[in-house]
Amino acid sequence: MTKNLISRLIAKIADSICASADDLTKLDQAIGDGDHGINMRRGVEALLKQGDDISRQDFSTALRKAGTAIVMSVGGASGPLYGSALLAMAKTASSMPSNQAEVGVVVAAGIDAVKARGKSDAGAKTMLDVLIPVHREIENGSSIDRIRRVAEESATATKPLLAKKGRAAFLGERSIGHIDPGAKSAALIVHAVCEVLEKR
Amino acid sequence: MSENVSIVIVSHSPAVARGAADMVRQMVGDDVRIACCGGNPDGGLGTDVGAILGAINSAWSPKGVAILVDLGGAETNSEMAIEMLDPEKSKRVAICNAPVVEGSVMAGTEAACGSSLEEVKRTAEEFQS
Repeated sequence: MTKNLISRLIAKIADSICASADDLTKLDQAIGDGDHGINMRRGVEALLKQGDDISRQDFSTALRKAGTAIVMSVGGASGPLYGSALLAMAKTASSMPSNQAEVGVVVAAGIDAVKARGKSDAGAKTMLDVLIPVHREIENGSSIDRIRRVAEESATATKPLLAKKGRAAFLGERSIGHIDPGAKSAALIVHAVCEVLEKR
Repeated sequence: MSENVSIVIVSHSPAVARGAADMVRQMVGDDVRIACCGGNPDGGLGTDVGAILGAINSAWSPKGVAILVDLGGAETNSEMAIEMLDPEKSKRVAICNAPVVEGSVMAGTEAACGSSLEEVKRTAEEFQS
């Protein structure tokens, strides 16, 4: 079951990222350097390539191997950000979380790692603007449906924000009016995870 | 030569990284070990943690390694690479908050004087003002 779940998570996340890679790149062309879709696709392709090995491992080792694969393959800032999140989650998760509260603890470790790696926090127009509200819903025991909706709404809500991090920060006020590509990819990942967990 | 701090240059563009390294080499010759890397794992514009690790190790000096980076991802990926080194080595690697070309030249010339890693970093960062 564990193995099956990990491989399904990888497959769904990869599907979702690849299907939206062009959209992510378009968002990034508006306020960044236009490579987020390409980088994220390279990351999930690395996950798929190592998928058999990763899904054979216990939960913590699987997260660690997935994090390393992302770090070594992505080539943009999103690699160390998502990779550090997975590596931190691997350290916190001794085994597969068995309830939503345990999922919350693991996700919190990932978010702390993203904050530290990116030297950022909520409100800077980054993936944290999706991950933090999603974590709050997990902690509140919200339904999967609500978590998925909050992820999407939070990504959209980055549109009016002024970017304070990454290449988008160079644009200053011109970053206003565009959805942050990192927030969008985070929402896609949350969406994919929700889909898999819902069908469990 | 290994008595001096080494310089690692990380740019999104392999051509920029090589060009900056050439400029440092012209200033300091063989007195300072220089390594550079640029490009994502597919060879496009970007940075690659594995390549950065390789550059740090190839230029390794017991006195330390100063890293010069260009934009955001280069810094994030360099920080990641430093964390992935042996803890003993990672203590002796520092990212300089300086423009990549000018900072590399300043850091290289300071390193050639036999300065410490802290001094090399400070000289590179002073250039900004």
